Amino acid sequence: MNPAVQNAIPELVELRIPSRAEWVALARLAAATVANRLSFSIEEIEDVKLAVAEACTAVIQHENHGEFIQLTCEALSDSLRIRVHDSGRHSFKATDGRPMDFDEARIAGLGVFLIRTLMDEVSYDVHPQLGTDLLMVKRLSPR
Amino acid sequence: MDIKVNVREAPGDCYVVDLGGEIDVYTSPKVKDAIGDLIDRGVYHLIINLEKVRYIDSTGLGVLIGGLKRVREHGGSVNLVCTNPQIKKIFDITGLVKIFGIFDSEESAMKALV
Repeated sequence: MNPAVQNAIPELVELRIPSRAEWVALARLAAATVANRLSFSIEEIEDVKLAVAEACTAVIQHENHGEFIQLTCEALSDSLRIRVHDSGRHSFKATDGRPMDFDEARIAGLGVFLIRTLMDEVSYDVHPQLGTDLLMVKRLSPR
Repeated sequence: MDIKVNVREAPGDCYVVDLGGEIDVYTSPKVKDAIGDLIDRGVYHLIINLEKVRYIDSTGLGVLIGGLKRVREHGGSVNLVCTNPQIKKIFDITGLVKIFGIFDSEESAMKALV
């Protein structure tokens, strides 16, 4: 593990990509690079890659997505915390205006199932003006 | 990021689709087109060889499911060739191992075609 991470100094990596399909690969590779610094196993790194890609894909496939996706990866001593932010307004809202719950949202189906299966914690925040945040945590397994 | 798609005829009224690289939201339309073209031409028995696929996400799975659904309407089938444990894991956790035939070799996938 990187000494800075081991010494509990969080390392933060931020990436902003256009909300377009051709940029999703960059987001998943960035997340994989951070995961690699935390000494996750190859299988766990692949889990992180897929979860980030699914989150970005869900944003892109949402008709009201914003122009950019902001990816934030925070390497902590015991976990990797990832935020995928979509600045799109009214994302994940039902037609009657109420916030959708996670499973109702457009990031439904296999993508959401994979995110929930591969990551240890998954939650989301919807802000009417600021957009939607998908928060995911992958914890380091005790070795 | 790349995807390689190669279509070839195989014995027994069947076609093999060789895929290589990464199947994601950007590249999956190319895979969808290749499979769709075959089905449009009346090919309903497919082997999709994932041996050289390094990565697949839900959009890639969606394309495979869509292809399977279409060929089944015509009594056809789709068998997959896959030995990459990371790719197999995705089929396992999504339960897709139950709807696709997944084989370690093209030969066994071909033998198992309906």
